Amino acid sequence: MADLHVDFAGIKSKNPFWLASGPPTNTGYQVQRAFEAGWGGAVWKTLGDPIINVTSRFAGLNYGGQRVAGFNNIELITDRPLEVNLREIRETKRKYPDHVIIASLMVEPQAEKWHEIVKRVEDVGVDGLELNFGCPHGMAERGMGSASGQVPELVEKQTYWAKEAAETQVIVKLTPNITDITATAYAATQGGADAVSMINTINSLMGVDLDTWNTIPNVAGKGTHGGYCGPAVKPIALSMVAECAGQPDMNLPISGIGGIENWRDAAEFMLMGASSVQVCTAAMHHGFRIVEDMIDGLNNYLDEKGLTSAMDLVGQTVSKYMKWGDLDLNHKVVAQINQEHCIHCNKCQIACEDTAHQCIEFFTDTEGQVALKVREEDCVGCNLCSIVCPAEGAITMIEQPTSAPMTWNERQRLLSTFGG
Amino acid sequence: MSLPSDAQLWKIFDEVKPDLKPKKVMEEANRCLFCSDAPCVKACPTGIDIPLFIKKITTGNMKGSARVIMEANPMGATCARVCPTEELCEGACVLNDASLPIMIGDLQRHATNWAMKNHSQLFEVSEPNGLKVAIIGGGPAGLSSARELARLGYQVTIYEKNEKAGGLDTYGIVPFRLPQDIALWEVEQVEKLGVTIQTNTEVGKDIPIDAVLNDFDAIVLAVGMANVPPLTVPGEDLDGVYDAIQLIERVKDGHVRDQFIGKNAVVIGAGNTAIDAATCLKRLGASRVQIIYRRTEEEMSAYPFEFSFAKQEGIEFRWLTQPVQMIGDEKNQVAKLECMHMKLGDADASGRCRPIEIENSNFYMNADVVVKAIGQQRYSSFIEAFDLEHEQGVVKIDPETMQTSNPKVFAAGDVIFGNGKGEAMVVAAAEQGKQAAYAIHKHLLSKV
Repeated sequence: MADLHVDFAGIKSKNPFWLASGPPTNTGYQVQRAFEAGWGGAVWKTLGDPIINVTSRFAGLNYGGQRVAGFNNIELITDRPLEVNLREIRETKRKYPDHVIIASLMVEPQAEKWHEIVKRVEDVGVDGLELNFGCPHGMAERGMGSASGQVPELVEKQTYWAKEAAETQVIVKLTPNITDITATAYAATQGGADAVSMINTINSLMGVDLDTWNTIPNVAGKGTHGGYCGPAVKPIALSMVAECAGQPDMNLPISGIGGIENWRDAAEFMLMGASSVQVCTAAMHHGFRIVEDMIDGLNNYLDEKGLTSAMDLVGQTVSKYMKWGDLDLNHKVVAQINQEHCIHCNKCQIACEDTAHQCIEFFTDTEGQVALKVREEDCVGCNLCSIVCPAEGAITMIEQPTSAPMTWNERQRLLSTFGG
Repeated sequence: MSLPSDAQLWKIFDEVKPDLKPKKVMEEANRCLFCSDAPCVKACPTGIDIPLFIKKITTGNMKGSARVIMEANPMGATCARVCPTEELCEGACVLNDASLPIMIGDLQRHATNWAMKNHSQLFEVSEPNGLKVAIIGGGPAGLSSARELARLGYQVTIYEKNEKAGGLDTYGIVPFRLPQDIALWEVEQVEKLGVTIQTNTEVGKDIPIDAVLNDFDAIVLAVGMANVPPLTVPGEDLDGVYDAIQLIERVKDGHVRDQFIGKNAVVIGAGNTAIDAATCLKRLGASRVQIIYRRTEEEMSAYPFEFSFAKQEGIEFRWLTQPVQMIGDEKNQVAKLECMHMKLGDADASGRCRPIEIENSNFYMNADVVVKAIGQQRYSSFIEAFDLEHEQGVVKIDPETMQTSNPKVFAAGDVIFGNGKGEAMVVAAAEQGKQAAYAIHKHLLSKV
């Protein structure tokens, strides 16, 4: 059994799995149920001046008959009085002293507002604070959420104000609705943040109802943009975590958020530099009990890899993530079709023929059966055939012997030194 | 015994296999890989673009889905129910070894059910081209020909001797496998394209053959096959002895209600029609139904899924048993069947082992109902009256042109079906009907 404990910016958690701020962490009742189920921590649904919500609020993106490949919401921060939330946080922390409770906060960008709320939530015993500079909908129209999260100066200033009052760790939650997330990550660093978390939800419109021509979701026939999350956003979130983790002069711990549904996703975020992960959509889709396999699966994975601690995963892949210009131009792989696993759906052939490099062709084998093979000299190793192949093991990408590595940047340097 | 109530009649008129539930449909349709150059399409005699119709189900384009099916196969709703899919499309599905084949027949049924329910007009006719085609026989081959010819602008008349068109689909397949309204919907689709269907009209009797030959630019002969041939054993004319084809026809038309309740029935033959008749009798209340066959399970022509269905329904099989005579009671009603045991000899011309009588092996079976299901006769005399070349009632055609010995007469369906295994398939008849239509079009165009 590996040790799943993580140390996130000094916050000790029994495992890296936290519930993200959102509907699952709205009340003490819910957070306590989550802790019973095994979650190591929870980021309480964002506290601030109570708001009024609309119905309906959520929409799911279905794909290929599967539900909730993506999810979006137009729900705002907590609609319950601050006093009620604080009472429940205190009670939950007292019952579960070994679990992490982080308070998510969102107030207007004024120093005194930040000072006041920080003091009040720290008073009830939270382990840390997460500044919500992320929600793209609703609150942004009031100058909060992503509206402040998209302006590096505001991120820095508000982080600074929170830090002025804070005694616990301050985590800044970043919005992905920005061209370069490292700009706001730097701003958080400048403001004195102890950690960053990412990503918040992505600006989105889930759909249009083809019968009514209403937006999805709609409120009395009208719609607005909402925050997008769920499995479909994972690659976006992972790249943003990677961007930040790869910055040599930015050493803040990262809490990874975005489409994490199981231990595999979690392990990927950890390898990419996250030392805790936060989950929301998957819990909303399946309930808190999904954490059982997250814990068990990660444990078995660590054992299998011969690692004794979950922390050993953190950042292992960061050094492998770089600029395109630093990739080896001479590296070559080609596709190979393994006849014993091929089921002859011909999907690789049509994909290559229509949309790649026309190098998969039919041939008649020694037994007179029509089969497929790759014309290796024309294969560029793009992976498309192996991506569309539904039969496990039928297509493998085989590494080819090549000349010495040479990146684009190296090549350009050589050209400029010796001339073209 | 009292008449069965309508509630009891479900057994005979409800389909054995329920429709797939909508959620299952979507799961199954989404499971289809959308293969390129798909083997299922190649395995379908009518070449339905199966991945395409399934893809359309997943996008909610139900009209498009039904159209893809019906375009290739005018009997698409019938075939969704009666095709031996394990031997055709589903048998060719690439997922057979990797997981489970896609339930193509059931998805096809779902899509065509939608078309039936929504009264969707799937096809349009072309501008009339002034040419007239007569089709003799309104079964699957004839209807299929008519549909394609009407779409090409021909003025088409179908002569059908029965009260309703649809042939075997309407009359010959048991209702719990193919309800009559399915077949009649397909007839209606053809009629909607302006095809005239003259029912209760037998060519050669109600209308002279010459009139048909002279009044039309081309003729499609699609008369199918006739009734079950005589066994030529004594007692065949006793009451209680039935022809399987006629029996199923009467059941399907709703004429049979209570006369088989509690009966002890023996069906002679082990083809699909024999199984249809046997399962039909069981569902109509017969207390015991036995199938006797002079060869063995190995040689029977029934599809494996039909055989297993029959066993599930409680039908008993007696192999290597040949009827010798039927013995009646004082009211001229069949009471007993005298049989002989057989053994298998060498292979005969059909490639199957020849059954040989075992001397002194005679025995008696109690039977108050005997059904003959030993194949179907040919309309040989009609074909001769038409002056067409044939081989024991199987009309000879040029496989390229579908033309008979009379270049004006084309033929399709069971009337050209030779000595293959078992009964001809609806799907094959539908394809031949299409091909006959295209052949006529090519032939007549070449003359213009």
